[in-house]
Amino acid sequence: MTNYEETMELVSLNDNSRKKYYWKNHLFYIFIYLMAAITILVLVAIIGYILINGIGHINWEFLTSEPRSMGREGGIFSIIIGTLYLTVVAIAVSAPIGVLAAVYFAEYAKESKWVKTIRFGTEVLAGIPSIIFGLFGFTFFVIFLGFRWSILSGGLTLSMMILPTLIRATEEALKTVPQSYREGSLSLGATKWQTIIKVILPSCLSGILTGLILGIGRAVGETAAVMLTAGSALGLPESLMDPARTMSVHLYILASEGLSKEKTFATASLLIILVLLINTIASKVVQRFINKAKA
Amino acid sequence: MQRPQLYHELENIHNELLKMGSMVEEAILHSIQSLKNKDIELAQKVIDYDYKIDDMEALIDDKCIKFIARQHPLAGDLRQIMVISKMITDLERMGDHCEKIAKYTIKIKDQKYVKELIDIPKIADLVSKMVTRALDAFVKMDSGLARTIWKMDDEIDHMYKAIYDELLEIMMDDKEKIFQCTTFLFITAHLERIADYATNICEKIVYTCEGVYDMNIDD
Amino acid sequence: MNAKIKIENLNLYYGSFQALTDVNMNIYEKKITALIGPSGCGKSTFLRTLNRMNDLIDSVRIKGNVLLDYKDIYAKDYDIIKLRKKVGMVFQKPNPFPKSIYENIVYGPRIHGINDKQKLDEIVERTLKEVALWDEVKDRLKKPAMGLSGGQQQRLCIARCLAVEPEIILMDEPTSALDPVATLRIESLLEELVRKYTIVIVTHNMQQAGRVSDYTSFFLSGRVIETDETDIIFSNPDNKKTEDYITGRFG
Repeated sequence: MTNYEETMELVSLNDNSRKKYYWKNHLFYIFIYLMAAITILVLVAIIGYILINGIGHINWEFLTSEPRSMGREGGIFSIIIGTLYLTVVAIAVSAPIGVLAAVYFAEYAKESKWVKTIRFGTEVLAGIPSIIFGLFGFTFFVIFLGFRWSILSGGLTLSMMILPTLIRATEEALKTVPQSYREGSLSLGATKWQTIIKVILPSCLSGILTGLILGIGRAVGETAAVMLTAGSALGLPESLMDPARTMSVHLYILASEGLSKEKTFATASLLIILVLLINTIASKVVQRFINKAKA
Repeated sequence: MQRPQLYHELENIHNELLKMGSMVEEAILHSIQSLKNKDIELAQKVIDYDYKIDDMEALIDDKCIKFIARQHPLAGDLRQIMVISKMITDLERMGDHCEKIAKYTIKIKDQKYVKELIDIPKIADLVSKMVTRALDAFVKMDSGLARTIWKMDDEIDHMYKAIYDELLEIMMDDKEKIFQCTTFLFITAHLERIADYATNICEKIVYTCEGVYDMNIDD
Repeated sequence: MNAKIKIENLNLYYGSFQALTDVNMNIYEKKITALIGPSGCGKSTFLRTLNRMNDLIDSVRIKGNVLLDYKDIYAKDYDIIKLRKKVGMVFQKPNPFPKSIYENIVYGPRIHGINDKQKLDEIVERTLKEVALWDEVKDRLKKPAMGLSGGQQQRLCIARCLAVEPEIILMDEPTSALDPVATLRIESLLEELVRKYTIVIVTHNMQQAGRVSDYTSFFLSGRVIETDETDIIFSNPDNKKTEDYITGRFG
């Protein structure tokens, strides 16, 4: 065979294998697109189904009037307020504790056995089923401390649930702050505390806020632990010591008791809208903080 | 300004070079003056002064080496510093020639000159002018001026030839005068050498400015 | 000549590893001292002993004296905050804070208790002029520092360091992340700054040490091999190892 023919054969071989690769590649792409499509479809289906069934029943009256006859009639005003109260209490308690604990872990703690144990503890805490938190909250806050079923008991229990996520997110955010910022600040004669407050925390604010948003999401969506600690009273809560019903709890009761299909879906729709709203607002806030930090 | 240190140091070396140049000019003038006026004291001064020129060469050489070691000059800066380090050798040689002239002056101090000195001071004057103007061309980095000065060497050669012929004639007339006349001849030859070094400097100026050794371009 | 810092028999250990051995050196006032040597020779570690940045690492132990204006900075009663105010530092990579240009510069003064707006404005203008950045940024002081070029950021960091009025500036390879033009600008700047400040600069770039410094110290495996005037180190060093390093025969 001449050189030329040999070369030509090699070329054609290459062509064949190229086709094979092309098909494999193509198949893989199709597979990936399919998976992505399924995920999105499921999401759209759930949200769509709930919104289609529920959004028609949301109106001014539903938002501003109190529920009547166990929720069969009327609106969910007191429940919206209860949800807000509980979330605010949970965040107000967990945010300072969580951020400071994360600062301790990331900036002060040396890698000792003690610290490793605590960190392991927080990680385990994040994986504990919420009903366990509920049980603890019930026996400790509700019974032992005598807070009864109240926003306080519920808020404290929720804050305990949020803490691990918040600590983890804040710690990760602190770790992304370049060491050079710390060195730069310290070399100017700043103390460690000044460095943390004035340089490190501001530069990872978005990460901390992300942790908080995740926490809010968990608080709003929680049912079991809230039922056990904040109760499921329908009335408008007037103080921290009043019991309250959150939207998730309300939804659970409406659905399980089969009280009213339309109110159930309306509440569910509102819950979805609320979660989306919180996320949007929070990311806007984060963006503003980032812009401000850069400016 | 970028790299101020480089310019400061280069400027400093320039100034030292000019100082050395003026020392050499002075040596040329003094050596001829002492010859003309039989001023033995001045001649001795020229001889004693030569070591200062030598020291100056060593000093500038050291500065050039340190400058290259630290500043890593390139292109024009590099040509300049290399040329300076060669020019100081030329200047130092000029100084040596002056010293020789002064030594000859002392050698013939007890003799009555065979004739009044006219042409030798004239050539000396021209040589000294060449050196002065060559240094001037260096300061101005003027290759045109350097070429003009370079051409003055023809005139020097011409004058040298005339003096040579004249002295030869005197010697042929009177054997008694041979000793003195050869001395004058040597002195003239030394002056001619100084002029040659001046042309060397001119060539180097052209090289610094243009990066080529070509003296025959007219601009 | 006045030795601003006097280092006597300095030994430094990371755990059981000895990073510096018997370092003796003088750092002269209002001069630039360059520290050169191959990677891992201890020059950066040494630099960081001068403002006690090594304190950030737990396993570090130090023996010997570092006398700043005749006072041992490792003495128990020496105020580390005052030390770092007096001995500023510029780092390898420009590290402006994610704040505005203005906020970056006033950060130091504010920490040390200056809150008067007019005074802070003055500091900003003075320091930015000192680093020849004023004309480039005076119209956008409130803009983020991160928007500046690498060279500008590094000059901003130098300005930030000058804002607390240090006497000594330590520079840890300040131009290694910059392009040649920005590097030359910083070098020119050094020659201006040395009129007012004592500068110690670590550099991997030997030519840079030659270009800018008055004194050069050659480090090799934690020891100072030779310290002398830069002229001498670069044209006729005493020690064979220095010569080999300078001429690129090793390292």
